[in-house]
Formats: sequence, structure tokens, C-alpha cells
Amino acid sequence: MALQPAITDLELLKERPAVACLLSELPGALQAAKFDRDELTIWVDSFNLIDALKLLRASSTTQFAVLADLTALDWFPSEPRFELVYSLLSHARRERIRLKVKVSGADPYVESVTGLWAGASPFEREVFDLFGIRFQGHPDLRRIMMPDDWEGHPLRKDYPVEGYR
Amino acid sequence: MPSIDQFRSEPIVETIGSDRTMVLNMGPQHPSTHGVLRLLLEIDGETIVRIKPDIGYLHTGIEKTCEAKFYQQVIPMTDRIDYLAPMSNNLAYVLAVEKLLGLEIPPRAMWIRLMLNELTRINSHLVWLGTHAMDIGAMTVFLYCFREREEILKMFEMVAGQRMMTSYFRVGGISMDLPLGFLDYVKNFAAYFPDRIEQYSDLLTNNPIWIGRTKGVALIAKEDAVELMLSGPTARGSGVDWDLRRDMPYAGYDKLEFKVPVETAGDVFARYQVRMGELRESISMVKQAIANLPDGPIKADAPKIVLPDREKMKTQMESLIHHFKIVTEGFTVPEGEVYQGVESPRGEMGYYVVSDGTAKPYRVHMRSPSFANLNAIGVMCEHNLLADVVAAIGSIDIILGDVDR
Repeated sequence: MALQPAITDLELLKERPAVACLLSELPGALQAAKFDRDELTIWVDSFNLIDALKLLRASSTTQFAVLADLTALDWFPSEPRFELVYSLLSHARRERIRLKVKVSGADPYVESVTGLWAGASPFEREVFDLFGIRFQGHPDLRRIMMPDDWEGHPLRKDYPVEGYR
Repeated sequence: MPSIDQFRSEPIVETIGSDRTMVLNMGPQHPSTHGVLRLLLEIDGETIVRIKPDIGYLHTGIEKTCEAKFYQQVIPMTDRIDYLAPMSNNLAYVLAVEKLLGLEIPPRAMWIRLMLNELTRINSHLVWLGTHAMDIGAMTVFLYCFREREEILKMFEMVAGQRMMTSYFRVGGISMDLPLGFLDYVKNFAAYFPDRIEQYSDLLTNNPIWIGRTKGVALIAKEDAVELMLSGPTARGSGVDWDLRRDMPYAGYDKLEFKVPVETAGDVFARYQVRMGELRESISMVKQAIANLPDGPIKADAPKIVLPDREKMKTQMESLIHHFKIVTEGFTVPEGEVYQGVESPRGEMGYYVVSDGTAKPYRVHMRSPSFANLNAIGVMCEHNLLADVVAAIGSIDIILGDVDR
């Protein structure tokens, strides 16, 4: 099982249902795509996030009805600094994809997906708590892991890991 | 940058509660919350109006710690997340790293992993059954369950030297071969264990008190189960016919024959039936794994990633160098990212590992099943009786180490 090089050329990926669906139904939303180690990653811009998720969930060719996971990545010091990572799962088609959204470090926020999956609520709270990314429209955005009066966001790469604070 | 202060809301206790209702605090030291779960209950008489979990008491920042460790040093951290299913966590992590590396493991290691994973499931379900039954008032089951669990912990001690924090799997295989007499021990256990499952079942399944406390209690609808991101037996008790072992096979599960128990009632009893069914399937899978276990190496042939045998390390220059390099500098992993989900006893345990090409992971995220399954607490308990909260918590089988990480 030697590693194959990642495919990032959209021309080669446009046959894949998720990519094809986004290209035809929501033109302009898709920024890039990558197929690496049998996993498809798609980048969409943050204004189209909710529409893209709705589309992938409802479309008969994709049927990604399950949000398996929601987390974030911090690419400090590069900009846009954060990436939101949505792992979608289709029970009907037995397939996973990863949807990513880039968010700037200056004022990190995205739309909340709790309207689509109520269960995303604690996941978004966790990202808010540990990365400091806000979710607009979240019903109860509070810290979840750290104490309420904690300062800073521990999973950020510039968070001090040693020394006296 | 906006200040976090504007999002710091009032303490929950002050924001819920009205003239008719009172707020009751449950936990974090309540014995039936299986760890340090704190629940805030707004009750009207004995009926729950609202329930809010307050978690984070066991948060130890494992995800952050992983970023400072070599890839192989993360394995012991994974045991400590879901401490009742250490092997499932080990498996999910090593599978993710092997996928990043493009590494294939030898068949013997694969079958040993499968066997131990199913033993882990039995171990975890036995603790669930014992404590769940005890919460509801059936004390006897607990003692029987822990008698059999002790046997499984002895097996773990035989292979790994540890009863609970096993850290037995390695990237590229397993740490060492099975000890002498181990397979006979497991065979003996597998021979009598199916009868023991029926014994537990005899104590509970037709017991009118058990039925009264579990049937029709803490309902979860199928649509809610998907929307609330539930997985594992909790979702299968509501008719979600999904099991990663069967539907997206990993680690060789496609070579085993098994059924996936699914119930449609969505109550505590349905989830009990699903887990009892899984106990029966798991022990049959253990038997299949023993029958199929081939001879051969237990580690992949990848000298720059897998530690050499002790014997070789002491006699061969090359192996000594590799050993030294791996221990002091770790092994590098090509850039990329993977998500590996496995069916842990509680549901989908997913590891999202991002590599930046160095010897330490850039990010390790654990999608823990308990964290997602705790979402169900609202639909299960609201507008139900206070006395059923304990049955509801037991039926989703959360582990607080897994919730808080």
C-alpha cells in the first residue's frame, strides 16, 4: 500500500459526486479540492458554508446526512489562520468527505450549523472554547471544557505551553 | 479581536428556573453519573422541564498534549481517553497513523488486534451492564459481570502487562507476540462465556422490575438520533442500522462473519437488547479470530518506523541505529491528514490526525462517541420523571474521560 500522490486538480476530481454537485448547484462556492489517501477534502468559502452543507445533505447524489465530526485547525502564523473541519458521512452511500472552511485570524467566525444538526452544539462550543472561533447563531455559545473565567484558547498554536502565565 | 467576555453568559443556575420550577444539581460526585458528570435539572414536581449537562471536570487537554509528543508517544495517551475501551482507542489511532504512512501490517498482527478489540468490547459492555443494572436496583448482576470482566483484564495483563491502560498496539503492528498459554486461556473463556451471557439475560430480560424501569423509558426517535449525531448501540437502539465494522470495514472486519443487532423501540430496554446482542456477536468474533490466527511476524517490515526486535538490536549495528533514531527522534510522517473512525463499544470513535511532515503530529483530534451521545440527554429526559434520569444516563453508556478528553 504505497502512498499515492495527492490529486488536487479539479479537472480530475469533477466526476466525484460531492464535487460535481457543488460545481453545478452552487457555482463559486467551491475553492479547491484534494483527494489524498482515499479521502476527499473540499474547501468552500465561509459565506456559502451553510448552503453547501444543506446541498450535500439533501442532494440525491451525495446524501451526506450525518455530521460525523466538527473541529478546527490553527495554521498560525499563516493567514487565513484557521480552518474549520466538517467530517460528513453518508449512511446510504457509505462514504465520507471532509469539508473545510478557511477563517481569518483577525475576527474568526462562521455560521453555526446547529440549525442543520442540533448535535453540533457541543462540538461548536468546544471549538469556541479551545480555538476562540465564534459561531453566529449558536443558541448557547459558552466555554465547555475550560472554566468560565479562563483566559486564552488552549488549542491555538500561540498558546504558551510552558512557563509561568 | 472581540473580547470573550461578551460570550460569557450568566451561570446556568440563574438563567433557568421560574416560579413554578426549582433547579436541582446532580453530580459531579453522584455515583450514578459514571464519573464526574454534572447535571442541572429544572424540575416541576417530579417532572423534568429542562436538563443541562455541565462537563469539563475531567478535561486534561490530551489533544494539546499530543502535539508535543512523537507519534509513538501518543499511544499511551489514547488509552486514557476511554479508559474502559483502551484497545479501541489504540486501534483507531494506529490505523490513522498507518494510513498517513501508507503502512500495511502483517496478518497475524491484524487478527490479534481484531480478537483483542472484541474482548475490549465485551469488557466494556460488562462494566456497562453491571453498573447500569446496579443503578436501576439489580445488585446481583454487577457481581457476575465483574467476575467475567476480571478474566478479560487478566488476558490484557497477559499480553500487555497492564490491566487497563494497555498501550499494546503499535504503529505497524503490536508491541510483542502473544504469551504462551494465552490462546488456551481465551478459548476456555470463549467456551463458557456464551452461557454466562444467558445467565445475565435470565436475571434481567424477563424480570418485571427491570422491564418496568426500562421499557418505554427515555425514548430517542430515529430522526433525532441522526440529528443529534448519536452513534453505536445508542443509535442502533433507535433503529439506525449502521455499524462501521460492517458498513465501512477497517482492520480486517470484512473477514469476519457477524450480525449487527438493531432494535427499533428507542427506549432503555432496546439499547439493553442491542448491547446484549453485541456481547453474543463479539464472543463469536473472538472465536473466529482464534480459528483464523496465522503464524508469522507481528510487526511490519519498516525498519525506520517499527522498533527492531530486542535480539537484533543487540547484535546488529543497523538495527541499533534504527532503534536509537526512533527512540530519540521519532519517525517522520509525510504531510497530510486522515480521519479514521472505528466502532468502539460506545459508537464512532474517530481520530483526525494532521501531519506537517515532522515527527510530531500537527494536530490530533478525537471524535469521541460519549461526547456526541451525551447530546441525547435532553430528548431522553425532558418531560420525564426525575427517577428515570439514572436509567437514561446508564443506557447511553458514557465515559467521562471520553467526553472531556
